[in-house]
Order: sequence, then C-alpha cells, then structure tokens
Amino acid sequence: MIGNFPYIAAIIFIGLGIYTLMFKKNLIKIAIGVVLIQNGVNLFLITLGYIKGAVAPIYTYAPSGQIMVLPTPQALTLTSIVIGIATTALILSIAMMIYKHYGTLDTDQVRRLRG
Amino acid sequence: MNLSNHIPILIIAIPLLAAFLVPLIGRINKKATGILTTLALSVSLILTIILAVKILTVGPQVYVFGAQSPALTLPSGLKFPIRIMFQIDAMGIFMGLITAVVSFSGAVYSLTFMEQHSGLDKYYSLLLLLTVGMFSMEFTGDIFNFFVFLEVASIAAVALISFRGVDLGEPAEAGFKYMVVSSISALMVLFAVGIFYGQYDLLNFAAIASVVKYSQLDKIALGLLVPVLAMKAGAVPMHMWTPDAYSEAPAPISMILVAASQASLYALFRVTFSLYNITLNTLAVGWIIIIFGLLSMFIGVTMAIIQKDIKRLMAYHAISQTGYMFLGVGVGLAVLANPVALSQYGITAMEGGIFHIMNHAMYKGLLFLTAGALFFRTGTKDLNKMGGLAHSMKYTTIFFIIGAAAIAGLPPFNGFASKLLIYESVYRFNPLLSIIAMVVSILTLASFVKVFHSAFLGPKLPQFREVKEVPKSMVWAMAILSCIIIFFGLFPDLIVKNLVHPAVMALIEQFKYTGTVLGGI
Amino acid sequence: MLGLLETGSGFWSAIIWVIVVLIIGGIVYYIRNKGEESYKKNTEQDKPFISGNPELSKEGSHISANHIYWGFTEALKDYYTPLVKTHTGNINDYSSWIIVITVIILIMVGVNG
Repeated sequence: MIGNFPYIAAIIFIGLGIYTLMFKKNLIKIAIGVVLIQNGVNLFLITLGYIKGAVAPIYTYAPSGQIMVLPTPQALTLTSIVIGIATTALILSIAMMIYKHYGTLDTDQVRRLRG
Repeated sequence: MNLSNHIPILIIAIPLLAAFLVPLIGRINKKATGILTTLALSVSLILTIILAVKILTVGPQVYVFGAQSPALTLPSGLKFPIRIMFQIDAMGIFMGLITAVVSFSGAVYSLTFMEQHSGLDKYYSLLLLLTVGMFSMEFTGDIFNFFVFLEVASIAAVALISFRGVDLGEPAEAGFKYMVVSSISALMVLFAVGIFYGQYDLLNFAAIASVVKYSQLDKIALGLLVPVLAMKAGAVPMHMWTPDAYSEAPAPISMILVAASQASLYALFRVTFSLYNITLNTLAVGWIIIIFGLLSMFIGVTMAIIQKDIKRLMAYHAISQTGYMFLGVGVGLAVLANPVALSQYGITAMEGGIFHIMNHAMYKGLLFLTAGALFFRTGTKDLNKMGGLAHSMKYTTIFFIIGAAAIAGLPPFNGFASKLLIYESVYRFNPLLSIIAMVVSILTLASFVKVFHSAFLGPKLPQFREVKEVPKSMVWAMAILSCIIIFFGLFPDLIVKNLVHPAVMALIEQFKYTGTVLGGI
Repeated sequence: MLGLLETGSGFWSAIIWVIVVLIIGGIVYYIRNKGEESYKKNTEQDKPFISGNPELSKEGSHISANHIYWGFTEALKDYYTPLVKTHTGNINDYSSWIIVITVIILIMVGVNG
C-alpha cells in the first residue's frame, strides 16, 4: 500500500494543475498550472519502471545476477522534460507579448477574441 | 544502397534538413529562404506520390529505425518489436498526400504573401518543422513517437500563429490560448501512453493491438484519448480555440493548421479502429463520436452565420465540416461488430467520412487562401468594410466561387460526392442524423452567399479604387487547389476506388495492421 | 469513362450531370433568343424596378454584412443569445470545457465500456 504513494502524488499534482487552469485568473498562474500537470505526468511515468529491490540500470556498472529497474520510462521522462522546457518557454514569452500589448495579465481582460 | 527502401525517412529528413539550413541561408539572401522551402516541400510531394503508388500496389510498408535493414521488425529471437518504426498503410499515406499537397501550396503562396514581413527565415523554418511534425504523426507506428511529434507540431503551430504578434496584440492572445489547450491534450495523451506501457511493457501500436485485453485501465486510457484527440480536431463543445487560432494566423498557416487538425482526427481513428477494434463496445463509443459530429455540425454552422470577420467565419465552417467526418466514421464504428450492417452501409459511411477529409482540406484551404488574398489587397478582415471587389479581382472571385460551391455541396464539385455518400449511408443507420446533415448543408450555402455578397458583389467602393489582382504565386497556389477540386468532382469514382476504399479497409481489418509488424499475415 | 460513383442505394455521375445541364442550358438560350429584341436605351425601360420608389445611389444601397439575414437571427434570438454568451473568450472556460467533457466520457466508457 505504501508503494502506491508515488501514484497518489502524481494524481494530486495533476489535480492541482487542473484546478489552477480552471479557476486562477493570472496568466502566469495558468503557465504554472501547465507546469504542474507536466510534473505530475512525468512523476507517473518514472514510477512505472520501479521494480522492488532492483538497482539503477547502468549496464556496465551493475553486479552480475542483479535485476535492474526498467530503463525505458527513464528515456520517456527525459524526452518529456525537454518538451516541457520548450512549452514553458513559449507560453511565458507569449505572456510577455500579451502584457506589452494589453497592459494587463488578467484573463477577464485578455478576451478581445470572443463570440 | 537501394534508395527506394528509404523513401519514408527521406520524406521526413529533407524538410527537416531544410528547416535547419533556412536560417543559415537567410543571412546571405532573404529571398532564397522561400525558394529553398518550396524546393524541399516539392521533393517531399514527389516522394509521397511515389510512396503512395508503391503502397497501393504492393502493400503496407514498415521502416525500422536503427536495424540492419529497414524491414527487420523483430530482431533475432524476440517476439515483440523493440525499435521505433514508421508503419505506413493505405490510411497513413492518404493523410500523407493531403499534408504534402497542402504544405506545398502554402509555401508557394507564402512566397509573395509574406514578402513585406521581417523575420522570414524563422517563418519558413517553422513552416518546415510543422510539416515534419504532421508527416510523422501520420506515418508513425509507435505511440510515444506520436506524442513527441504531436508536441513538435503544436509548438511550431503556436509560434506561427503568434507571428504577427510583434505589432498587434490579438495574435499573441490566440497563440497563448492554443498553447495552453494543446499542452493539456498532449499531456493527457502522454498519461494514456504511460498506462499502456505500465500494463503491457510495449510502445508499438501493432504490438499493443495484438495483446490488448480491455481491462479497467484500458478503459481509462480510451476514455482519456477519445475526448482529447477529438478536441485537437475541433469538436464541439471544446472548439473555442479554433476560431481564435485560425483567424489570427497568416492565411497560408491557417490552411496548414486545418491539415494539422485532420492529423489528430487520423490519430483518433487509429486508436479506436486499429488499436482496440472490436474489443471495445463499438455501439457506445460510436454513438459518442456521432454525438460529437452532430453538435459540431450544427453549432459550427449557426455560429458561422453571425460572424463579421471573414476568417472567423471560415474557421467555424471548418468545425462544421469536421462534424461530417465524425458522423461518417462514427456510424462505421457503431456497426463494426455487425458484419451485415457493416457491408451494407458501414463501409460506405466510412468512405464518405474519409473522402470528406481530403475534400475538406482542399476546399477549405482554397477558401482561406482567397480570404488571405482579400486581406492582402484591402488590409482588412471585416466584412462590413468590404464590397464590390469582383470588379478588380477577377481570379480571386472565380476561385472563391469554386470553393464556396464545393463546401456547400453543389454538384459537380467534390463536396457533393462525399456528402452524398454520407447522406445515403447514415440514413440507413438513423434517418434523423441524415436530415440534420442536410439542414446544415443548406445553412453552409447561406453563409457563403452572405460572404460573396458582402465582399465581392455590389458597386465599386471609392476606398478600393486602386485594388489590383493578387501577385502570381498566390494565383498559382489557388489554381493548384482548384484543379484538384474540379478533378475530384468530375471523377470521384477513381479516387474512391483507388485511394479511399483501401484506406477504409486498412482501418477495419486490424489483423493486417498487426500482421505487417509481427509477421505471419 | 462516365465517372460513376456507386453509393449503396444508387449512383452519381458528375459527367452525365454536366452534359444534361449543357443541353438544358442550350434549350433555355434558344427560347430566350426568340423574345422581344427592341427596347429604348436610357429611358424608364433601363432602370431597376423598386415598386416606383426613387433609386438611392448604388453605393448607398449595398447591405453590409451585419444586416444580411437579420430576419433569421432575430427569429432565433432565444437560441443565439445564450450561445454567443457561452463563447466567452476566457482561457479558464476553455480548460473547464475540456476537463468536464473528459470526465463525462471517462464515466461513460468506464460504466458501459
């Protein structure tokens, strides 16, 4: 039961990120909400590879006869973190452009395209 | 080295190489960036046509990355594939042809449309990256690879939507909304990838399809993937990013974004047909997709009639036409477990839906390009300010008439052929759906008559006295799409028999999809 | 050669349609040419007929896009006003729609998947 704790933490992260996206009014807080969801999904991915009592999957360094943790989720998580960096950088720079033209970061004011 | 074995990777590699060469060449000569982009995309178009001929005559193709030969899917002794691979069957190459034609026309149109802007090397580089992302989404056979290229295409698309945001505020707002919404959907796709990996220890579409058991976790993955991929395609009620993003992007980018949304629609069909097939409850999931289709059709077109901005109106029509595709393929999915109904009207409904994808990309692309031509010459997108432009812009008027007649479903253009297939087969499933589809078609015609009257008819207004016809490259790009529309309209049976029917059978027959990779067809 | 598209319950051929339209168009053109040929230019016979009312300038009588289909939008006002108000343009509402629809479909697929 205690081994399921990382999964529960990942779901809590995703839940907090969704709450921030749905209810917070500042554009920077919305960017933080997206980052929270990214962190939750990355944590979920890396926890999938855990095997009880196994060592780190370094091929040339492990003692013989030892089971290794699954290495594929580690590759998936690294790729996802890099994609997260690009996404976060783009969202923040576009928020800067919006501030330059609109003068505000409130989502109730940044609504010229509607209808 | 037999080069014809490596065509799938060359289609991706040549635009990718050009995307990184364009900023270097942009330092020497500004005009050379556009010419290099057009050359790279024309090579991709030719290679896609060669690959299409090969796949439709020989069979599905697999390209494995990093193996000793590109067709070696199962390395020695293993029973499941471990490398990333491209798996291209008839449905994948159908979408690949759409992407190739649309991006090539977009590049040709951009040669003169974007001439006065600065930062053109970044624009062409991002256009090539968006094309690479779309091609790989349609060709890949690996589910994590699909996530990576979904994000590549989204990031490139956001940067292109906000391209004019240096001077104006609205493109930046549209880009922000699209990026947030797109991040939510991509992360939900990654969560579903994690669920598949945690259960089966496999990341390959065909390998998962052969062992999927539809346990409770698989139901969660399906329940995450269907609404999120439908949202990227523009289904109501999650469609509100579509008018913002399509209207603020430059006109050729709006056309390529339409093809990017259809790539997400293709991924939805891949997941429900080839990954799960009849292990899921096809009637329930089929009805979910049909409800998406009905809502999209009706709300899309009723919101379109009241718009004042010409590109927002066309974006609402893109939502409405996507509803037709959901309707056609949803009916096909709902009767997938029932072989009698499938052969009577299910296959025809799916043919209508999938043929409509190609028709829609062509005529919606043409309409966005004519809207761009109007914006280029008059400087405004507001229909209240335009009028009487048919006197001076004759070519644009003719192309607009062809595009508007095609989208309204008037014979002899291609919209009528695919809509007829959808009407006649959906009627046999449930008559009410077909009647709503016909009412939506009439309202589509009504709103395009409104656009034609406001922008083109009427007397010549004094403020548009020195408006001339648009430059040559824009006319050529619109002419390519018009010729395809007229050809598909006059000879629809050639396209349906040779391109659409193999694509539909490739979706329905899951055993051929898994057999290509795991061997033993 | 005729371009026949077989649907399940019939067929459609665009080439036969074009030929029929050209034949009927030819008949219509022939009948029209048998009409009255003489009329007086630049008199009352040349102007548009607006039930006897005086004609405004051509630029003044061009209806702009907001006012076309006024009858349609006015008759369906009960449908349009809530619909346009739902399209707020607020990014929080965009995310809320996605999350709510995902939860609904998760419940539907989970219960009778």
